[in-house]
Amino acid sequence: MIAVLLSLAAIFSELSLLAFGGGNTILPEMQRQVVEVHHWMTARDFSALFALAQAAPGPNMMVVTLIGWRVAGWPGVLVASLAKFGPSSIVTGLVMQVWRRFKDAPWRKAAQAGLMPVTVGLVVASAVLITEASDHEWVYVAITAIATGLTLTKRIHPLWALAFGALAGWSGIGLP
Amino acid sequence: MDVTITSASPAPVTEREPPTTGELFTGFLWLGMIGFGGVLPLSRRMIVEKRQWLTGAEFTELLGLCQFLPGGNIINLSVAIGLQFRGVRGAFAALIGLIAMPTLVVVSLGMVYDRFQNDPHIQHMFAGLAAAAAGLLCSMAIKVAWPLRTHPIGLLIAALCFVAIAVLRLPLLPTMVVLAAIGIAVAWKWPR
Repeated sequence: MIAVLLSLAAIFSELSLLAFGGGNTILPEMQRQVVEVHHWMTARDFSALFALAQAAPGPNMMVVTLIGWRVAGWPGVLVASLAKFGPSSIVTGLVMQVWRRFKDAPWRKAAQAGLMPVTVGLVVASAVLITEASDHEWVYVAITAIATGLTLTKRIHPLWALAFGALAGWSGIGLP
Repeated sequence: MDVTITSASPAPVTEREPPTTGELFTGFLWLGMIGFGGVLPLSRRMIVEKRQWLTGAEFTELLGLCQFLPGGNIINLSVAIGLQFRGVRGAFAALIGLIAMPTLVVVSLGMVYDRFQNDPHIQHMFAGLAAAAAGLLCSMAIKVAWPLRTHPIGLLIAALCFVAIAVLRLPLLPTMVVLAAIGIAVAWKWPR
C-alpha cells in the first residue's frame, strides 16, 4: 500500500510540473504510467475513468482523483490530489512574485510560442490514444464521430454530447 | 506567512474590499459545483463581474500567467487569487474550495461504475459515455491544431511529438525537454 502511494505521488508530482498547456497534454503519459508501467488497470478502464471525470463538474483533471481512488481508496485520493495540484501550485506562487519583471521579456514570448506545437502534439496524442481505447465497437466509433462534430462548432454544451453518448450506449443500438 | 503581491497587479489596487479566506473558499466552491465542461468562462463572470475581486485587466493578466505555467489554468488561477489576497491560507482555501465538490462527485461516479460494472446496460452506457468523451478530446485536438496549419515548422514539431508519445510511447519528460528546446529555439530565431 505504501509502495503504491509512493508511486502515485511520484507519477503525479512529475506530471504536475510537466502539464504545460493544460491537463489534456499529460493524458498519454498518465495512461502509459497507469496502464503500461504499473498495470493498475486496462486502457479501456482508463478511458472509462477519464469519461467519468469529464462528466463531473469542476476542473478537467479530476481523472487524477479517480485514479487515486481506484488504485488506493481514499488515501489514494489524497496522495494523488496533493501530488497533482501541489507542485504546480507552488510554482505558481513562486513565479507570481517575479512575474512583473519578465512578463514582457522577449524570451517569455518565445517560450510560449515554442511550447505551442508541443502542446498541440500532446493534445492530438491524447485524443488518438483515448479514442483507440474507447472505440472497441463500430457503434462507439460513430458516437465519437458525432460527439466530435457536435462540439466542434462550440454551439452545443459538452455535457449534451456526453449525455447523448451515454444514452446511445445504454440503448445498446448497433451492438452485436 | 502573508505574501502580499499587490505590486503584481497592473492597475493600482482600488478601495475594493479584499475577499476573506472564507469568501475565497465559498466563491471557488461554487465555481467547482457549477463548472461543467470548463470552468474558465464562469470564473471570469464570478471573479470580475459578480464578486469584483479583480478588474477585467487584472484577471486577463493573471490568467496569462496561469496559462504560461504548468498545471490547469483554473487550478493555478485559484491559487494565484488566494495568494494575492490572503497569502498561503487564502491559496489553500481557494484550491480546496475548487476541488472539494468535484472530488466527491467523481468518487461517487467511480463507485457507481464499480458497483454496476457487470450490468450490461450500465456497461454499455459507460462505454457510450467514454466514446463521447473521446469525441470531446478529438474536437479539442482539431481546434488547437488548426492555427498551426500555416506554420510548417510548428506542424513538424507537433508531428514529432505525436509520434514520440502516441506511436513510440516514449516517456514525456525527455520528449518534452528535447522538443520544447527545439520549439523555443525556432520561436526565438524566427518570431512570428
